[in-house]
Amino acid sequence: MAAVVLSEAEKVYIVHGVQEDLRVDGRGCEDYRCAEVETDVVSNTSGSARVKLGHTDILVGVKAEMGTPKLERPDEGYLEFFVDCSANATPEFEGRGGEELGTEIASTLYRIFSSEGTVDLKSLCINPREHCWVLYVDVLLLECGGNLFDAISIAVKAALFNTRIPKVRVLEDEEGSKEIELSDDPYDCIRLSVDDVPCIVTLSKIGYRHVVDATLQEEACSLASLLISVTSKGALTCMKKIGKGSLDPESIFEMMETGKRVGKSLHTSLQKVLDEEESLGTTRQKVGFLG
Amino acid sequence: ALRRGHGTYVCDEKLVASVAGVVERVNKLVCVKPLKSRYNGEVGDIVVGRITEVQQKRWKVETNSRLDSVLLLSSMNLPGGELRRRSAEDELAMRDYLQEGDLISAEVQSVFSDGALSLHTRSLKYGKLGQGVLVQVSPSLVKRQKTHFHDLPCGASVILGNNGFIWIYPTPEQKDEEGGGFTTNLEPVPLSDREVISRLRNCVVALVTQNLMLFDTSILYCYEASLPHQIKDILKPEVMEEIVLETRQKLLDLEG
Repeated sequence: MAAVVLSEAEKVYIVHGVQEDLRVDGRGCEDYRCAEVETDVVSNTSGSARVKLGHTDILVGVKAEMGTPKLERPDEGYLEFFVDCSANATPEFEGRGGEELGTEIASTLYRIFSSEGTVDLKSLCINPREHCWVLYVDVLLLECGGNLFDAISIAVKAALFNTRIPKVRVLEDEEGSKEIELSDDPYDCIRLSVDDVPCIVTLSKIGYRHVVDATLQEEACSLASLLISVTSKGALTCMKKIGKGSLDPESIFEMMETGKRVGKSLHTSLQKVLDEEESLGTTRQKVGFLG
Repeated sequence: ALRRGHGTYVCDEKLVASVAGVVERVNKLVCVKPLKSRYNGEVGDIVVGRITEVQQKRWKVETNSRLDSVLLLSSMNLPGGELRRRSAEDELAMRDYLQEGDLISAEVQSVFSDGALSLHTRSLKYGKLGQGVLVQVSPSLVKRQKTHFHDLPCGASVILGNNGFIWIYPTPEQKDEEGGGFTTNLEPVPLSDREVISRLRNCVVALVTQNLMLFDTSILYCYEASLPHQIKDILKPEVMEEIVLETRQKLLDLEG
């Protein structure tokens, strides 16, 4: 991950600040930075979203394509994730530098979405064993400003909320061969329910306390972080530890409790923003990349 | 006939700006100073830099310029302020004083032919920086003044580096030690000082987002305008606009 170099004194200042619940930008340990979420920014995708969390900038595009269901799940569609760490974010990502981080993030997303019930995959099925919808979720990292996983999960949720999959009808010929007909009306589509899609909350351990939404400077002072995925009802679906330091079981338990609390409020505010955007409909002024 | 300076070009017999910025005119010479660019050093500027490399008899310092700046061992003050020729032991002990990642405040001594800056810390007010917060802004937003070291009345001190590195730190109790702080004070900073520093940091970020010049008065007015709000709310777009508008108004009243 992109890292900044800090002097010893700066690190000491940050660590002492976290102990007193006053971070460098005035936030408490459980406060997120101001986030901007905008959906439907890329026109040739089925759904897209852009999230700006401080200096972190993520763009997610979802494309729905027809494919064959997996052998072990013949009556369900599936999701494919691909994460591209662009060289725009930091010079370290030039060439193949960003591949390692990209595959790490993609495998985390696969893990989270593999739990039962996150997305209704049965609704993505058209013909069991023959045709289904495959959602290709592409994540593009435009700027790296700390706390990548949280921002990416928010963007993925927003993009899935925005995804519009065209309705199809299956026609049977006299010979028995099936034909798929796409509806002509562009507004005739099915939407995914994202109520159970979890969001990732990263808790970084700094000194004796943990913080939510760490900036790059705070990440440089933290030796270990806990990544948990929380649903809107506060249920924990997945957990992962990153970093070379160690965490003792009591702090893991505390971090889990904080994560559940913070995750729940994150879901409510995200849903509010998405519903507001939805209610504006076609009259909404899109800011996109010009803002 | 206008003479074209930096940042302009001629197109269809008209003078057009090639960068987005501020126009400066000196008689017939028209130049455009860009809003965002790398720092171009001048002799006598105060800069805040970060050590990137420790080399044979010098340190390489990052100052947001096109090339890394150079801090020669001979341009650094020795502990106790002694004046002597730097020996081989001094060369070996370089890393004990400044390591990779350390922040320093220095003055530009000269500019090499390739454009790299040569810095010096030959004064008690320069040297290694201790605890505090660094904010990186565009160099064009830092106003040129007589002094760049300010002890603000709100309870913290600030160094406005010409290269766009703003260093905000707790005001040291007494003007202690011999020479640029050879031993860094790692004592915890009291909460009241922290609040002032965090508020100043957010005010600087707010001023920069709204493209206002940074100097001691503008930062102070912005600080006063931000007092009714909570520190973390200053970075919200609506609050930022309101505070900076009030600052702009106060500055206009000051001039008028």
